[in-house]
Amino acid sequence: MDDRVEVRKTYKLFINGVFPRSESGRTYPALDSKGKLLAHAALASRKDARDAVLAARAAQPGWAARDAYSRGQILYRIAEMLEGRRDQFETEITRCEGLSARRATGVVNATIDRWVWYAGWADKITQVLGSSNQVSGPYFNFSVPTPTGVVAAVAPARSSLLGLVSVIAPIIVTGNTVVCLAAPEKPLPAISLAEVLATSDLPAGVVNILTGQPHTVGPWLAEHADVNALDLSGVDDDSLATEMAVGAAGTIKYALPPCDSDWTLDPGLGRLSAFMNTTTVWHPQGR
Amino acid sequence: MTTTWDGRTGATALRQFLHALPGVDEVGAHGRAAMLSSRSIKADAKRRAIDLAISMVDLTTLEGADTPGKVRALSNKALRPDPLDISVPSAACVCVYSDMAGIAREVVGDAVHVAAVATAFPSGRAALAVKQADTQDAVQRGADEIDMVIDRGAFLAGDYAKVFNEIVDIKQVCAGAHLKVILETGELATYDNVRRASWLAMMAGADFIKTSTGKIAPAATLPVTLVMLEAVRDWYLATGVRIGVKPAGGIRTAKDAIRYLVMVNETAGPEWLTPDLFRFGASGLLNDLLMQRQRMSTGHYSGPDYVTID
Repeated sequence: MDDRVEVRKTYKLFINGVFPRSESGRTYPALDSKGKLLAHAALASRKDARDAVLAARAAQPGWAARDAYSRGQILYRIAEMLEGRRDQFETEITRCEGLSARRATGVVNATIDRWVWYAGWADKITQVLGSSNQVSGPYFNFSVPTPTGVVAAVAPARSSLLGLVSVIAPIIVTGNTVVCLAAPEKPLPAISLAEVLATSDLPAGVVNILTGQPHTVGPWLAEHADVNALDLSGVDDDSLATEMAVGAAGTIKYALPPCDSDWTLDPGLGRLSAFMNTTTVWHPQGR
Repeated sequence: MTTTWDGRTGATALRQFLHALPGVDEVGAHGRAAMLSSRSIKADAKRRAIDLAISMVDLTTLEGADTPGKVRALSNKALRPDPLDISVPSAACVCVYSDMAGIAREVVGDAVHVAAVATAFPSGRAALAVKQADTQDAVQRGADEIDMVIDRGAFLAGDYAKVFNEIVDIKQVCAGAHLKVILETGELATYDNVRRASWLAMMAGADFIKTSTGKIAPAATLPVTLVMLEAVRDWYLATGVRIGVKPAGGIRTAKDAIRYLVMVNETAGPEWLTPDLFRFGASGLLNDLLMQRQRMSTGHYSGPDYVTID
């Protein structure tokens, strides 16, 4: 007879490198693909979103100031940690998304490969997107992509791990920091990803993950004056997408429109360039 | 506590009086401060508290790198903290080193006060004549408030009479300027010492007692301010005179500021909720108050890009 009491995990938010409960103290049930209760996830409130933006803002200058090589190495390290936890991720997406074991393995493989692919871009993206421009005069003229700052992102609702990683990685690899709303119905892989991030040399506040309802938290993030860009990729509700885009228009913000597509396809550079601004500098040619 | 030292009965009597003050219950002070800081503040009260806190800010720059331009910019900010919103009240005061007092005064005119730190700030290690000259210089340059530091070395050595006499001597050369006495509580080691130093300063003629220079950590904390607020309340009950309190250093957010206001109201009383009797010594706090004010007027969170950099 086995009378051991199982120690259950409390799923919390991920803000500034630590795992707090929601400020409101509220949770909501996360169900598996058959409607059975998996766990109670923290229901983020607008104050959690505010705290996450503060953390992301505080972390951003230091993260952007690291050299690209160092950012890339930290992302590689995260990929190593993902590999070490693949069993946990496979179990979770099998239950959340109702995939077969074989397909779950495929998704985790694709997730780790996606992460490594973006990690590789850390010290290459400037060469590809930047340019040396011809000008009339004795000057060098360079255009250099620079990070936008703090990005608020809504992760895809259907693809709870591959989609999430495909949204977060291109934002942070170029020196931005992110506040990401996890897929509301399938929040558990996001929190497990946060556990990986918390143990892989990623500075606190670079990635902040909130679980809960995009309807309640999303508009606050969209209107927040200290958020520099908005990634609406995962918003599957047209009226919410419109509300968030309108909210973002009150302050200067770039907004990437909703596109919950097939996340297994080659992502291209679109997501990397979306969250960078171009800075052009003139420099006199010496002799 | 109805008697105070009259300044003529000798150093021993002063020591006896200060050591007869009841001790501070440290655990109790922390508990009370924690309890008061968990009060829920409703939106309407918060709106008023933010405006009150803005009007209580002693906008401070005390750096070796202070330039006339920076002091002018800060003075303009004290006059009109949010250039886009004229409904925002002015700050109480600009607080600068004494050589910058004239520049601040030129900008603010009579609209806000100008405070100068004097008496060999922040260490207080100089001869009395030097400290008096420093004070006179500040007053001549237009400061109408003087922030002096006490001699913590003398205080900790038990030479209370020296500290007392120094405050009296500085007060003499203040020529009507308000005298704030900085206790530098971070160096006083115990709450009992904070209570003694508060009484000592009030008996010597302080118009305000101030926690810290901002150069030493810990600077202002809620419990230390609680002990000082209790001292000014007891002094009022003993003498009928209201002395001001100024926590300085370490107060950075609107939330912190509102906690202090709650504590003022609950400890000293609502009479102290005026810039004449309570001030915040701060620089970054004003921007956070403005951002919270913008949050309440626009309905969305503001950011540091939407307030001026000082």
